[in-house]
Amino acid sequence: MNSTGAFSAQLLRLDPEQEVARICRRMRELMLNRVKRRGVVIGLSGGIDSSVTAALAVAALGGERVLGLEMPERHSAEESERFSGVLAASLGVATIKEDISGILESVGFYRRYAEAARRVVPEYGDDWKSKIVTSDVIDHPGFTVFYLVAQAPEGGLVKKRLPLTPYLEIVAATNFKQRVRKMLEYYHADRLHYGVAGTPNRLEYDQGFFVKLGDGAADIKPIAHLYKSQVYQLAEFLGIPEAIRKRRPTTDTYSLTQGQDEFYFSLPYEKMDLCLYGKNNGVPAAQVASALGFRPEQVEVVFKDIDTKRATTRYLHLPPLLVEEIGW
Amino acid sequence: MSLQDDIRAFIVDSFLFGEDGGLRDDSSFLEEGVVDSTGIMQLVSFLQEQYLITIEDEELIPDNLDSIRKVARFVETKRQCVKPALGLA
Repeated sequence: MNSTGAFSAQLLRLDPEQEVARICRRMRELMLNRVKRRGVVIGLSGGIDSSVTAALAVAALGGERVLGLEMPERHSAEESERFSGVLAASLGVATIKEDISGILESVGFYRRYAEAARRVVPEYGDDWKSKIVTSDVIDHPGFTVFYLVAQAPEGGLVKKRLPLTPYLEIVAATNFKQRVRKMLEYYHADRLHYGVAGTPNRLEYDQGFFVKLGDGAADIKPIAHLYKSQVYQLAEFLGIPEAIRKRRPTTDTYSLTQGQDEFYFSLPYEKMDLCLYGKNNGVPAAQVASALGFRPEQVEVVFKDIDTKRATTRYLHLPPLLVEEIGW
Repeated sequence: MSLQDDIRAFIVDSFLFGEDGGLRDDSSFLEEGVVDSTGIMQLVSFLQEQYLITIEDEELIPDNLDSIRKVARFVETKRQCVKPALGLA
């Protein structure tokens, strides 16, 4: 609670200068003593999280010890590449561009995806675009329902509920993207004797919004403890270009633009942050609801959704499990 | 086997490696951690194929699908609606 006792977004305000100093100190300690590498590779998406992670790495280790990787593919948003270039230029870090379309073609990603999509939209062509969206758990509480939204080249939109098999096939195919990118990050990290920095914020880390052995893989995750709105605060302090700070978070994973809050989170990040903070700190749903302009029962639904996602994604954080512990 | 037994057999076989572990007919799938949202999709596919029913988006709620008893009651209700339409009544 703040000094007036009210629950509000003010509770997520931090001292950016102190926080950046604390993170940088800790990054240096971890790189020296645990990771034992003297530099990091970071996949740059042109989004706020990878931009802040890169800026923190530059502040902690020095720009000459940071390599940015830009890894577009044929479905990437044009602005992702533009903004990652703007970021790299503003930080003065070296970058390498690896277009991953060829690798994705080789592993059959585009074919597998289109075949899965055709199970629900038979006319789905190779030149169509699509994305997965979920049902609105706030206004229509129930089990999450997944839909494929597909768009023909001439513009008509189709929205179909996804049965289990095509849903799993689409997600499994799409996960190639994050895993191919991570494979390339580790290729460059290995040849430079660097580590890999991951870019999840607290919402993503807590709620399991990442691909195991894909974007979930890293040696160090410098902003995993920060709520998304706190990442924006650091972005401003670190001088991240305004165009990147003003860009709405997208997954940039599907060929149609997909907001994070239409696929995974039940609310836009500003509200999701407050719900997660409230839940983590034992704030009653009614108080959180009052700050958000919601009804208490709507916040209860979000609290429950947080628990459900924690329960169903916790295995993503687990190392391989052993039948018997092995002492070192 | 009754409808409820059929559904129990599917749940136990699909999600519990064939061992019911004391799962009661009114145990909440979600609270017991037996079935997650992906499991619900699997359950829905099974119900639609096995009982030739169509489950609408707004019917995908815990009241209909969160325990063996609720699922059985829901399927029974749906079948009552389908039978006349198929001329099976």
